[in-house]
Amino acid sequence: MNIVCCIKQVPDTATVIKIDPEEKHIQREGITYIVSPYDEFAVEEALQIKEKLGDTTVTVVTMGPERAKEALRQCFAMGADEGYHLVDDAFDDSDTYATATTLAAAIKKIDFDLIICGKHAVDGDTSQVGAQVAELLDIPQVSMIMKEEINDDKKTAVVNRQLEGGEEVLEVQLPSLWTCQKGLNEPRYPTLKGIMGTKKKPITDFTVSDLGLSPEEVGLLGSKTDVSKMYPPPPRLPGRIVEGEPEEAVKELAKLLREEAKVI
Amino acid sequence: MDFTIPEDIKHMQDLTRRFVKEEVLPREEEIEERDEIPEDIVKKLKELGFFGVTIPKEYGGLGIGTLGWSIMNIELGKGHPAIGGFLSLNNGTGWRGLYLYGREDQKQKYLPGVASGDIITAFGLTEPEAGSDAANIQTHADKEGDNYVINGRKHFISNGPIADLVTVMVVTDKAKRARGGISAFLVEKGTSGFRPGQTHRKMGNKGAQQSELIFEDCVVPASNMVGQLGDGFKVAMCTLDETRLTVLAGAVGMAERCMEMSRDYAKMRVQFGKPIAEFQAIQWMLADMATEIYASKMMLYNAAWRYDQGERITREAAMFKLYASEMVCRCADRALQIHGGMGYMKELPIERIYRDARLLRIVDGTSEIQKLIIAKDILKEG
Ligand SMILES: Cc1cc2nc3c(=O)[nH]c(=O)nc-3n(C[C@H](O)[C@H](O)[C@H](O)COP(=O)(O)OP(=O)(O)OC[C@H]3O[C@@H](n4cnc5c(N)ncnc54)[C@H](O)[C@@H]3O)c2cc1C
Ligand SMILES: Cc1cc2nc3c(=O)[nH]c(=O)nc-3n(C[C@H](O)[C@H](O)[C@H](O)COP(=O)(O)OP(=O)(O)OC[C@H]3O[C@@H](n4cnc5c(N)ncnc54)[C@H](O)[C@@H]3O)c2cc1C
Repeated sequence: MNIVCCIKQVPDTATVIKIDPEEKHIQREGITYIVSPYDEFAVEEALQIKEKLGDTTVTVVTMGPERAKEALRQCFAMGADEGYHLVDDAFDDSDTYATATTLAAAIKKIDFDLIICGKHAVDGDTSQVGAQVAELLDIPQVSMIMKEEINDDKKTAVVNRQLEGGEEVLEVQLPSLWTCQKGLNEPRYPTLKGIMGTKKKPITDFTVSDLGLSPEEVGLLGSKTDVSKMYPPPPRLPGRIVEGEPEEAVKELAKLLREEAKVI
Repeated sequence: MDFTIPEDIKHMQDLTRRFVKEEVLPREEEIEERDEIPEDIVKKLKELGFFGVTIPKEYGGLGIGTLGWSIMNIELGKGHPAIGGFLSLNNGTGWRGLYLYGREDQKQKYLPGVASGDIITAFGLTEPEAGSDAANIQTHADKEGDNYVINGRKHFISNGPIADLVTVMVVTDKAKRARGGISAFLVEKGTSGFRPGQTHRKMGNKGAQQSELIFEDCVVPASNMVGQLGDGFKVAMCTLDETRLTVLAGAVGMAERCMEMSRDYAKMRVQFGKPIAEFQAIQWMLADMATEIYASKMMLYNAAWRYDQGERITREAAMFKLYASEMVCRCADRALQIHGGMGYMKELPIERIYRDARLLRIVDGTSEIQKLIIAKDILKEG
């Protein structure tokens, strides 16, 4: 089987994000980057399938600037076999639609039986790219999977997806696209040997022209949405303790909730 | 002068940092209280390849040099130092002599097992009558046919109670001593006449085990000698050059943790109506810590890199060992002072780091002995 995982390099969740003066981007200086945690679930699941079925190739695909190669190599260290890097200045400022267009064009060039994405990227947070890629490739999709089992025919699979308060069990054809929910698996540590071996694994670069796309279809030009302003959430005000005898304090609290906080 | 950490080593640093955060820190009290490294942590370290970081690739290791391992050991120092100490034996101290002086068949026989962590190693030099004065060892080996018969007693030997393979320094010619009268032997666990003695109880360094090694008519084949007859003192000294770098890398990590904890605590702890970080007395301690950590890290990076290039770094290793061990004691002391009474309590790891740091001015050659080495080198080499 050939499994393609879409992975995104995102700022480390521990980093304090600052917004640049133009209010369209986050500031890039001093940020450390990681593979989006949900995409690690995708790679882990692909590796578990490979261990179970044997004779499987796990391919990781990312769109991003030059530094995103490091994210591909992090996945190699976990055990992924090969990588594709969609890298071109023309891809800058892609929205989810342009991102999905680019990813879908690349995946068409790769032989695949299954695509696994994260449920959402922890920076952009839209949860749209996986679904859009599936639509553009015209294949079935199952979002937020919690469990999967590929049937012996390797043409269908049984997949559990999370619902509010329960799980839904689906049978789905392959090729299809799944997105991963937290709880699906525990991503493994890369081994030190895996880290040593990453330089030997192949990364193929794809530019706009390699994908047979025009610059108008990708990046800012190919985007259907436009970021007009980016701003941090307002700082949380400190809590207040209402003092006094319980009876008085409760009255005061009710008054504050109605008149100041306007929640009741 | 390019100080960029190569990408693969950076990834190993990241992995080590993550391992410390997720696997070690939540259990540091357990390691301390039980005085041992839990089996499952050892198992994970084996699976991830931590036992063979520095062993050359042809013997099943990763062949990462001293610089890479030092950078990883800085991270391990930020967790519980028992782990870095334990791994350091299999990443150098336990086999460096064998690698530099031993025969090919000896390396083939042992190094792959050392790299996988299936063979736990120890380094046996110190004896009751021979600490700083290592050449005064009394344990001796006498030739009988194709064998040597060893008699004597080592003490304070790390991994002593659990080691599968010990490199032991013994006297083979009383008249010559350090000048060709000491030889090194590989002794396997279970060899008749060899057993670990009493396990020592200690002030700190919990989770690591030291014991006596007792040799009573212990017969080893002559083929277990490392190098030639009389090479033993060289075997020991060249091992210590590298050990002084990699083991003390852990001290840099311990000091960094002291600094980071102190910084966070000083910002949070309010006295006289403001965070104590606003008092200059506290700021100076933070500044001193950060400066000394930076200095020791630069010494380490430079000396470790030069060692990897094949340079002789005896003087630099001694300088780093001296500076880093004294530095971590000062940092632990300042961290305890900044935390006040809280720093003295077992709830925080600072009192533990304070005890653990103290060892480093003794082990692998005391501070006084490092000064002797440095001075001797200055007077000889200029
Ligand atoms: C420099 C920059 C400029 C931007 N400008 C705009 C803009 O002008 N207008 C706008 O609307 N948005 C903009 N964005 C945000 C953009 O919409 C998203 O970053 C991007 O489309 C991915 O969406 P997401 O992060 O919400 O991913 P999600 O949809 O939350 O991600 C789901 C899954 O899709 C896959 N995936 C997502 N992105 C990638 C990728 N790059 N490579 C491989 N797999 C991926 C992963 O498997 C991921 O888990 C910008 C982002 C950047 C970095
Ligand atoms: C936890 C622990 C683990 C250890 N692990 C190992 C191990 O794995 N393998 C091993 O072989 N050894 C090991 N050792 C032994 C260690 O290397 C010795 O303890 C150390 O070298 C000091 O020797 P000593 O204890 O005999 O002190 P001594 O040599 O008796 O020193 C006592 C004091 O005299 C000073 N002194 C001695 N000579 C001079 C001089 N010429 N000038 C000035 N001052 C001097 C010393 O600096 C020290 O302050 C370990 C020790 C400890 C505590």
